[in-house]
Amino acid sequence: MASIKTQFVIPAKMKTWSYGLMGVGILAFLIGFFTMGMSSDPHQSATFWGTIMYNSVYFLLITNIAMFFYCALTLGMSAWQVSFSRVAEAISAAVPVLGLVAGVLLIGLVVTKSHIYHWTDVDAVKADAILTHKHGFLNAPFYILWTVASIGLWALLGARMRKFTQEADQPFEDPHHKQKFIFRKTVNASLFLAWFAVTAGCVTPWMWLMSLDPHWYSTMYSWYIFASSFVGGLALITLFVIYLKNKGYLELTNQEHLHDLGKFLFAFSIFWTYIWFAQYMLIWYANIPEETIYFKTRIQGEFKGVFFLNLVINFVCPILILMSRPAKRNYTMMTFMAVLLLFGHWLDFYQIIMGSVSVHHITLGWLDFGIAALFVGITIYLVGKALAKRPLVPKYDPFLKESIIHHT
Amino acid sequence: MAKKKFVVASFDDEANLFPAVEKTRKAGYKIHDVYTPFPMHGLDHVMGLRETSLHTAGFIYGILGTCTALGCMSWIFVSDWPQIYDGKPHFALPAFIPITFELTVLFAAVGMVYTFCWLCQLAPFVKKHIFHPRQTDDIFVMAVECTAQTDVAELERFFDDKGTVSVEIQEAEAGWWWGRFDKEQQIINENAVEVL
Repeated sequence: MASIKTQFVIPAKMKTWSYGLMGVGILAFLIGFFTMGMSSDPHQSATFWGTIMYNSVYFLLITNIAMFFYCALTLGMSAWQVSFSRVAEAISAAVPVLGLVAGVLLIGLVVTKSHIYHWTDVDAVKADAILTHKHGFLNAPFYILWTVASIGLWALLGARMRKFTQEADQPFEDPHHKQKFIFRKTVNASLFLAWFAVTAGCVTPWMWLMSLDPHWYSTMYSWYIFASSFVGGLALITLFVIYLKNKGYLELTNQEHLHDLGKFLFAFSIFWTYIWFAQYMLIWYANIPEETIYFKTRIQGEFKGVFFLNLVINFVCPILILMSRPAKRNYTMMTFMAVLLLFGHWLDFYQIIMGSVSVHHITLGWLDFGIAALFVGITIYLVGKALAKRPLVPKYDPFLKESIIHHT
Repeated sequence: MAKKKFVVASFDDEANLFPAVEKTRKAGYKIHDVYTPFPMHGLDHVMGLRETSLHTAGFIYGILGTCTALGCMSWIFVSDWPQIYDGKPHFALPAFIPITFELTVLFAAVGMVYTFCWLCQLAPFVKKHIFHPRQTDDIFVMAVECTAQTDVAELERFFDDKGTVSVEIQEAEAGWWWGRFDKEQQIINENAVEVL
């Protein structure tokens, strides 16, 4: 045990890459801001702010998922993840900063009555029976309150969990303390999960994303967003685990753990498709105009290509490639799939949001990739810093031994 | 099926079983099977068994289910009995998907169960020789088949230092048979019970 490397030192290359990506991103942001964001054409500025918005929401949700992953497995009394659990915790440490960015942006969009959110237009709401009806839910004060509460408590409860698990860095006095540690860990995990359930699994995606089409609603929507961000978050965890293994850290994590991460990626890609189809088929079957409007613009309009590419990347690829056991145990294949799925769900968020913001024009271009680079850079920077701050393995976690001898 | 001669070694500790199985295989003896009261990780590797191809069979059954469902529904709704339901096209793919999914799962599941039974030679009324009455209780049993080349006495001596609780020679049916355990087929071997 004494021989394993527990202190992560941020490699110079990682720093260079994160600064480089952030530099490219800031450049893209500035060019976009002056050419599109400041534009008097409402469509141009909506495209710009929509692009920033889906990127910030996507990266906030997938980093927050890391804490969900950790808490859900903790509550399930699972042990296999303990040897790399600090990676998931470190990813969730990016939530406060990404949350601040996304929160300020989202609240700003509502306060300035942006073109993106049609329901912020007071006159339009008055003239519209449906929007008047929804006013009790879709109004600026509640939006701001709920956004602040969502992000704030994700960050707070996540930080509380991360602080609590530091206890596993020192030896426990006796078995009684270990039991107590496990019990209190499950309590902390359930606090986070309960809040996560009513926000990310329920109301928050309705407010942030579904209200882009204020007339339209779908009961599957929040689950769909959750499934999409969960696959993205799992891919992110997998990538960081493989990166650390390549650098010679995480000696206790091996193919068996990678295999289980692969199973998670595979299973939740199928889950995502299940949700995708459940939402699609009911609307297709009922064929009610208020409901079909969402799919009409995506399947018959400009977004057709992106819409079906999304299904190929996020369903056909994982089901065919990740089905076999050797693929899930292969580091190269898993890296490839994690990158592909991370991109695939980014594309999913692109069509979810831009399909409503820029209905008639596909806007995928330099701005999207530039802003994505900005957030990738921020994520790498924050996660690297969080990884270096604490030991990489919770040495005295009561479940660590089970994780070491894990066998699938 | 034919009657064969077996040297049956019993263990009461899996820590002794694993090295014994490995050494027996390395020594070139033919292991008939190893019986344990509970599933044991890694025993298949020690015994030198190949990876099961049950999942490949499952995949093929699944594809078969997909094709059956899609083919059947397309034929019925498009050419055999075309009708318009709810203004949808004859080939209404989204409506077919749930049934396709169900049939894929059904074919894969049922097919794999039967394939598993076939591979393990399990069926109602099929009987197999029980080497030790406690092999489903607390004793790990390894049955080594004696071929024409096997020196039985040497094989018995081979187990002397392997941590066995009993080693005995049994003449028994190697395969399976229909019906019941008859009187000649001693289920409870008095000899073994006395030793323990």
